[in-house]
Amino acid sequence: MQTETASVIEQRSLGGDYRVLEFASSKVAPRVKPGQFIHLRVDERNELVLRRPFSVFKTGKKSLAILYKIVGRGTQILARLRPGDRAGIMGPLGNGFPLPASQTFPLLAAGGYGAAALYLLAQQARKKGIIFIGGATADDILCADDFKKIGWKVKIATEDGAAGQKGLATDILTEYLSEKSKMRQMALYACGPMGMLKAVAEIAVKNGQKAWLSLDRRMGCGVGACLGCVQKVKDGKSWKWARVCRDGPVFECRQIVWENGKWEKEK
Amino acid sequence: MGKRKIDAPATNGPDMRVNLAGIAMKNPVMAASGTFGYGKEYAPLVDLNKLGALVVKGISLRPERGNETPRIVEAAGGLINAIGLQNPGFDGFTKKHLPFLKKYKVPVIVNIWGRSAEEYAEVAGRFDGVRGVQGLEVNISCPNIKRGGIAFGTDPRLTAEVVAKTRRKTKLPLIVKLSPNVTRIGEFARIAEANGADVISLINSFPAMAIDIETRAPVLANVTGGLSGPAIHPIALKMVWEAAAAVEIPVVGMGGITSEKEALAFIIAGAAAVAVGTANFTDPGIILKVVKGIEAYLVRCKLKSVRELTGSLQLS
Repeated sequence: MQTETASVIEQRSLGGDYRVLEFASSKVAPRVKPGQFIHLRVDERNELVLRRPFSVFKTGKKSLAILYKIVGRGTQILARLRPGDRAGIMGPLGNGFPLPASQTFPLLAAGGYGAAALYLLAQQARKKGIIFIGGATADDILCADDFKKIGWKVKIATEDGAAGQKGLATDILTEYLSEKSKMRQMALYACGPMGMLKAVAEIAVKNGQKAWLSLDRRMGCGVGACLGCVQKVKDGKSWKWARVCRDGPVFECRQIVWENGKWEKEK
Repeated sequence: MGKRKIDAPATNGPDMRVNLAGIAMKNPVMAASGTFGYGKEYAPLVDLNKLGALVVKGISLRPERGNETPRIVEAAGGLINAIGLQNPGFDGFTKKHLPFLKKYKVPVIVNIWGRSAEEYAEVAGRFDGVRGVQGLEVNISCPNIKRGGIAFGTDPRLTAEVVAKTRRKTKLPLIVKLSPNVTRIGEFARIAEANGADVISLINSFPAMAIDIETRAPVLANVTGGLSGPAIHPIALKMVWEAAAAVEIPVVGMGGITSEKEALAFIIAGAAAVAVGTANFTDPGIILKVVKGIEAYLVRCKLKSVRELTGSLQLS
């Protein structure tokens, strides 16, 4: 874990409210593992007292990129950053995804910009697999070309049917698994809204597969000190709190205690 | 306990040492309870030995699960939290966390709480004589638990009872953390002093809430929480000034410190030391920056010791 003041190399729009922001990063970037995140300081004036967590989308030798959606005050400030502007980065944080074993076929499920959190995993997995990307409409389907470029198959679903198949990412994942039910050993990985993660967990349990889920929570410290981002996980016959920032953000789906909670959206 | 001496500074710079009723600190800036975990979480980023003191998260007799989620939400210039004092209990803390902290030279102060005056006293008694603990901060001011906490800090009779009973159970320096949720803070400061507090600290976070206007529901699962951060500094400063004027014992000022400026204002208002809380989340290196900033100010003002600055407010 490191902190550094990083310069913006590039800010580019992916259409709609989605942006990619790339930073020069010599300390944090080389240490990032798939599924880990950075904690970004977005406001130097103290109006916003919390940093914001973002999954690392891509890394270079001395750079890293995040993909984000403008949804709240923090991301509005981020969207104003231009090349040469500076921001405080803390990371890499969290435990990330375990890489699939060499004989395991990876299946990824992403909701909207959740695809970004899965990209490094796809890049580093020994076997090229399939990513199922879902979104409300065509604008919400992100990173499809990035995955294709590294040899992955991409399957798309949109709720309004504007791109790919009409429905949810988990619908097309379920269809795929029903056709390939006798397939070799698989591993599921997912990042997206909590409802989607829960659906992936149900699919994994039904098919006897493991599923590694990346949770997105409003965080205080990002290092496990404040206990603001906790998630209930199983502990024998009972449950305990796990810190999403430090014990996660990736959990195997059987660890999670699912509840009808309200899940946070603001960034 | 707590009588360790800190060597005089090696350089010719100003003397930053502060002694809080036997807690010898190399500088007057501590990490506030609840915002620095148990030290280990920030150790990769901050040299713990350079902190004036480290106050760990609130510890109770038995482990506590705390509140449901969501537990935190941002406000303009602040943070509203309702963690609910989740902690591993006395045994969990002393076995799992204290051994790590013992490797450092930083004074460790344990924030303690209970659901009755007897429970406060029992936790204090358990810590009495525990190696590696230099002092106790008695949390009578947490706004996020249904019983105990703020109830003790806003009722003069209960404040007196908790402090007196806790005092009888420990020889450790006792820092009583006051609630800002009272009209006359000086009165509560005097009650704490009269019943055996060695030091008082203030303020804890302010009771607050946030509402999601789309769902028309409270954002926090606990409905209300405690507001901390830059937004509360001016109010905290006024309360520290009033409390410091009311007692002879040292005062630790906290609430919205984001730079040396807010820390210096607390000291000028009468605080012997200060604690940095929410700003640790924004910048883990902030405490050490505040220490350097205070030192530079003393040099600029030609003051030999930070102690000369305490209570130096100029009132015409």
